[in-house]
Amino acid sequence: MNTVLALAHIVLKELYRRKDFYVLFVLTAVITLLMGSIRFFNDPNIVRDLKEICLLLVWVSALIIAVTTAARQIPAERESRTIFPLLAKPVTRGQVVMGKFLGCWLATGAALVVFYLFFGIMSGAHEDRWPVLNYFQAFWLQWMMLAVVIALVLSGSVVFSAPSANITICFCVVLGILLLGGHLNQVALQQGGLLGTITYTVYFLIPHLEWFDIRKFIVFNWPLVPWLDCFWATLYAIIYAAFFLFATWLLFRRKALTV
Amino acid sequence: MVIEIRNLIVEYKGRGFGQSSTVAVKDLNLKIREGEVFGFLGPNGAGKTSTMQVLLGFREATAGDAFLFGVNVREPIARQRIGYLPEMTYYYKFLTAEELLRFYAKIFRIPRAETVKRVEFLLKLVELESARKRPIGSYSKGMQQRVGLAQALINNPDLLILDEPTSGLDPLGRMKVREIIQRLKNEGKTVFFSSHELGEVETVCDRVAIIHQGALKVEGRVDDLVRRYQTNLEQIFLNIVGYEPPLPS
Repeated sequence: MNTVLALAHIVLKELYRRKDFYVLFVLTAVITLLMGSIRFFNDPNIVRDLKEICLLLVWVSALIIAVTTAARQIPAERESRTIFPLLAKPVTRGQVVMGKFLGCWLATGAALVVFYLFFGIMSGAHEDRWPVLNYFQAFWLQWMMLAVVIALVLSGSVVFSAPSANITICFCVVLGILLLGGHLNQVALQQGGLLGTITYTVYFLIPHLEWFDIRKFIVFNWPLVPWLDCFWATLYAIIYAAFFLFATWLLFRRKALTV
Repeated sequence: MVIEIRNLIVEYKGRGFGQSSTVAVKDLNLKIREGEVFGFLGPNGAGKTSTMQVLLGFREATAGDAFLFGVNVREPIARQRIGYLPEMTYYYKFLTAEELLRFYAKIFRIPRAETVKRVEFLLKLVELESARKRPIGSYSKGMQQRVGLAQALINNPDLLILDEPTSGLDPLGRMKVREIIQRLKNEGKTVFFSSHELGEVETVCDRVAIIHQGALKVEGRVDDLVRRYQTNLEQIFLNIVGYEPPLPS
């Protein structure tokens, strides 16, 4: 665990020292604050729309940070050959994978905390409501979803040596699941036959990332999601993240270290 | 035995369809005892790097076994007592020398108080005290090589594996590396290094092995080899690799 934490710390330090990370981070924070500061005659519909746009921005930004950060971790280690002095120490490739995952996940978690803080302040100032627990649920479920995404991207980074190819493919897969994943069962019903069976199989195999999206609960001020459902969603995310991390380890364990 | 290599075979499979595999190391057997400075020599493509990669766990052997301190190199714990200096400087450029050393100390689970002392000692040893807070990316090649040496010594290793430790260094840098190797030898540490600098090898090493086309050609004490072949190490090396001097015009 000591080694995994040390590796995660290096990932965080690199992000902290890279300038490009701040561009997206500051941009999202500024847009969220700016939109929040505008008052449109206190019309509740406009406030709701603003909340929706800000939450979409938070989702997109967090996804970009997670995917781009995770995609370059292992290829960068191989390309710059920093993996050699690292693996010459008592470090296993499994620990490298876990350290990279933990570092990326903590980094996106930190970014999410700040995003939700801005969002909370903005919407609280407009509505005079402070539903802290609702925000916590939204943050937690989104963070869990990002764990699955990061693990998926890491496994992609072992398969595709070019991070750009991995980023593009992962974005397509994640956005595809978020937008269409929930409707695949209905599509399967309409198709029938072999194609329907295949679509059904895909529906049951893919990680349903859309289940973690509770933005509507925040936008329409709905009550809390039952905590038991949150627990099942967390467990679901852990299982999928563990599966992708295991796949990453399997692929990376015998992979040549040079690109 | 500090290093033991038994019937090691390393093969590279052909990448394309129908391409035959290449044998990089053929049935290599080697034993290195405690306190020795051992030179591992051979021309480019002889199989030195492949052997080192197996020893360091970067690559799996096709056949045979390798052991460090009696532990199979497949076990990560085999690398607990070794230090490794790669040929080129492969370190996190965004970290400072101090941070890099602390990071590696954490991996070796060195207690905090000891880490502080060790980092101070090593930065002084490689003369990087004044540059300790600067990112490694801003260092010159010589400085980066010195950081490499410091990181290889962070765990006070009993075995140091050096891959071309003086390549690309100026004469002063080479002298410094030689001094450090000598110092480690005096402390009873084992040093295993590959080099093309045969004069340097002759000065520093107790024993050498010359490998060519994946096979071990010669192994023995430097003075014994010089006596046996009645010539210097460079000439022995050239004879083994089949170099024929041009005819006088």
